[in-house]
Amino acid sequence: MSDVAHADGHHDVHEGTGIDNRKLGMWVFLSSEFMFFGALISNYMLFKGRDYSAFMPTGQSVLLPRGLYDIPFTSVSSFVLLMSSLTMVLAHDALVSGDQNRTRVWLAATGMLGSVFIGGQVFEFTEFVQQGMTISSNPAASAFFMLTGFHGAHVFFGILMLLSLYGISKRQGGLTEVQGLNVELVGLYWHFVDIIWIVIFTIVYLIP
Amino acid sequence: MATTASRSGARTIFRRPDSNTGFWGWITTADHKKIGIMYGYTAFTFFILGGLEALLLRIQLSQPDNVFLSASEYNAMFTMHGTTMIFLFVMPVSAAFFNYLLPLMIGARDVAFPRMNAVSYWIFVFGGIFLYSSFVFGTTGPPEGGNLAEVASRLGSGPNGGWFGYAPNSGLRFSTGTVMDYWSIGLQILGLASLISSINFIVTVFNMRAKGMKLLRMPVFVWMTTVVAFLLLFSLPIIAVALFMITFDRNVGTLFFDPSMGGDPILWQHFFWLFGHPEVYILVLPAMGIVSEVLPTFSRKPLFGYPAVVFAGAAIGFMGFGVWAHHMFASGVTPITQAAFGLSTMAIAIPTGIKIFNWIGTIWGGKIKLNTPMLFSLGFVGMFVIGGLSGVTHSIVPADWQQTDTYYIVAHFHYVLFGGAIFGLFSGLYYWFPKLTGRMYSETLGKLHFWVFFVGFNLTFGPMHWLGLNGMVRRTWVYAEETGLGPWNMVVTIGAFIIALGVLIFMINWTWSKRNGPIAPFDPWDARTLEWTLPSPTPEYNFAVNPVITSLDDFWHKKYSEDADGRPVRRPEATALLAEYEEVGLNPPEPIHLPNPSYYPFLVGVGMPMVGYGLIYDNTAWGIPLLILGAVTIVGSFIGWGVEPLEEPHADHHSDEPDHEHPGTDGEDS
Repeated sequence: MSDVAHADGHHDVHEGTGIDNRKLGMWVFLSSEFMFFGALISNYMLFKGRDYSAFMPTGQSVLLPRGLYDIPFTSVSSFVLLMSSLTMVLAHDALVSGDQNRTRVWLAATGMLGSVFIGGQVFEFTEFVQQGMTISSNPAASAFFMLTGFHGAHVFFGILMLLSLYGISKRQGGLTEVQGLNVELVGLYWHFVDIIWIVIFTIVYLIP
Repeated sequence: MATTASRSGARTIFRRPDSNTGFWGWITTADHKKIGIMYGYTAFTFFILGGLEALLLRIQLSQPDNVFLSASEYNAMFTMHGTTMIFLFVMPVSAAFFNYLLPLMIGARDVAFPRMNAVSYWIFVFGGIFLYSSFVFGTTGPPEGGNLAEVASRLGSGPNGGWFGYAPNSGLRFSTGTVMDYWSIGLQILGLASLISSINFIVTVFNMRAKGMKLLRMPVFVWMTTVVAFLLLFSLPIIAVALFMITFDRNVGTLFFDPSMGGDPILWQHFFWLFGHPEVYILVLPAMGIVSEVLPTFSRKPLFGYPAVVFAGAAIGFMGFGVWAHHMFASGVTPITQAAFGLSTMAIAIPTGIKIFNWIGTIWGGKIKLNTPMLFSLGFVGMFVIGGLSGVTHSIVPADWQQTDTYYIVAHFHYVLFGGAIFGLFSGLYYWFPKLTGRMYSETLGKLHFWVFFVGFNLTFGPMHWLGLNGMVRRTWVYAEETGLGPWNMVVTIGAFIIALGVLIFMINWTWSKRNGPIAPFDPWDARTLEWTLPSPTPEYNFAVNPVITSLDDFWHKKYSEDADGRPVRRPEATALLAEYEEVGLNPPEPIHLPNPSYYPFLVGVGMPMVGYGLIYDNTAWGIPLLILGAVTIVGSFIGWGVEPLEEPHADHHSDEPDHEHPGTDGEDS
């Protein structure tokens, strides 16, 4: 029976790349997400510089996103989001060193910072709408709300994942080794969302 | 058998499903082979629907000034014919092949994420049902609601903006009512299913290969699957954004495609074709993979230029993203753009040509057996060459201006997608029928199917070339007597019915042979790849012992060596080896753990159309509650899934007799 090798008999998973299936899956998923945000960003860039005055009722001026930005405010909320990447790393670090309490604290802190960022975005959107720029004002405004809105939705899902990790840890008195990988996966996702925000912040807010 | 004690430790909402047979066995399965079979049957059901729609179109066009269908009915029929054939037939039936074969061909017991696989299937099923429910619930008229009689009078109106959904036709200005909402949200759901399975396949291919199965030892079909998965991975997000944009334009008040407010309808075409052109390769590469398996087997020769075929496939994948604007030569893009995309389109014919010459090289000098799979594969090569050549004529911009939106282009893409993809897929269905069912199909009926299909196909799509060049335009439901287009249109319609006859023969063959065909040996074609080392039908655990691969076409080399002239000579020990494969395959030496069945993938699928209806009817009293209920179902299912353990000891699979002692101590060496 030389040609048929012996198996270990179990549903065996030997990973060709040396990376865990779930982790590789997350990387592959995130590569797809880059295309998603790439399309949203190019959509915004296409519409942001156009002149919409011809489409406005007489006497009304065009309200474009770039005329309404409060750069200092958004800079602060961007800083908050970037700090959450740090706390995410600290959560993972705490888990690796076996400190379940500290893991929970940093997971909660990450979720908290993410929530502050979302709160800032809600405030910003309300402010823009009050000043008269809605999603139906012009295509540039539509593209702005769509791009930043989808980013916000991604942050929101990240917070949901953090909360469920926190809940599981609280309930079981700690995360197991298998669930520990989930912290890493959520971390990957969270860093991705942060990196995308850096790109959005630069392209949408900073570049004139 | 193993203990069931650990079940009490599992925290779960429902009692865990444990049947591997019967109705619930299918609903809850996480076995890639069962999912593949379900994918296949579901896709084939949609193929019948799409075919019937095509027949209605052809009846309407069979003679000039016909009144069989109204203009709006015609629009719905051609929209849903295209949408169905692309998103509900060719893509999922390719996924059926991926699901069933990919783990078998790379020597794995399962895919990387078995339950994700099930999720992908159920999302596809419910997405398809949602899309088709537009024929029942969808409206084309302006106001919604009203009395029951008014609603009933609108029954039978499906999406009517074309499978390409060109803005602004698909926007609110020209498409009132809800049918295009069904279309855009339905495609979004179907895209999600494809995205999930593409991630699954990529991880499976890179992580789950058997020992020794290097990337350049993988069968070509696996390679083409991988390329397709990457194409899906990178093109689906783009169509997702575009579909969100059209959905928001229709329901939220964004202005992306509304030119009267500064929006840009051409942007829809850019986004759509940036997805839509890679989509062409998503549809045809699986068929190319199948043909690359079938031709060597029935020519009794190795595939000529294996690395070239693989790299050409990858090159097609890359270049597929760089040619989209050739769909837009007539929509006002600049001359520079036209020149650039014309050239890139011509260039993509090079890797395609490499593949075709490699296939011819494979057949050349081979000992050819003209079984049904081989006939369909040869049909693929021939028809695909015709479709490819007419495709190159479109890359010449002035010629394209003449041909675009005529039946010439309809002829072209049907030669590629019907003569190509569908012939290839039928080749695969016949080729792997014995592995799937454990029985042989009727060769007589199979050959009859091929010839009826072949004649019908050429009768249908051949004359469309000159109909188009004579000025018959696409997408209109009627043409005048004076155009003189009537006679050839009648021929085309007759051809379409001959194709339908071919499909009927196939269905008879399949259902009859599945029950009554002769029992298939486990390697009926004397084939080359790993799935033929397994018993037919394949047991749930796939490989009783995990294979170790030492070369490309490993199984073939175990059976054959070469003489001085390079001709294959059967090894004397081959017969004993085959007997051993069969013996061990049915009696694994040790128990094998497999992923457990689960309700949650099905429930995730159920939630999808609920969210869809909720979005469409968000202005009615029950819209928002339904939306929330759907979201809760989906999220809740994922949470339930998250706490449900993947494997449990009671899911051991070994021999058919539970108390049978393991015989395989002689297999413990190496």
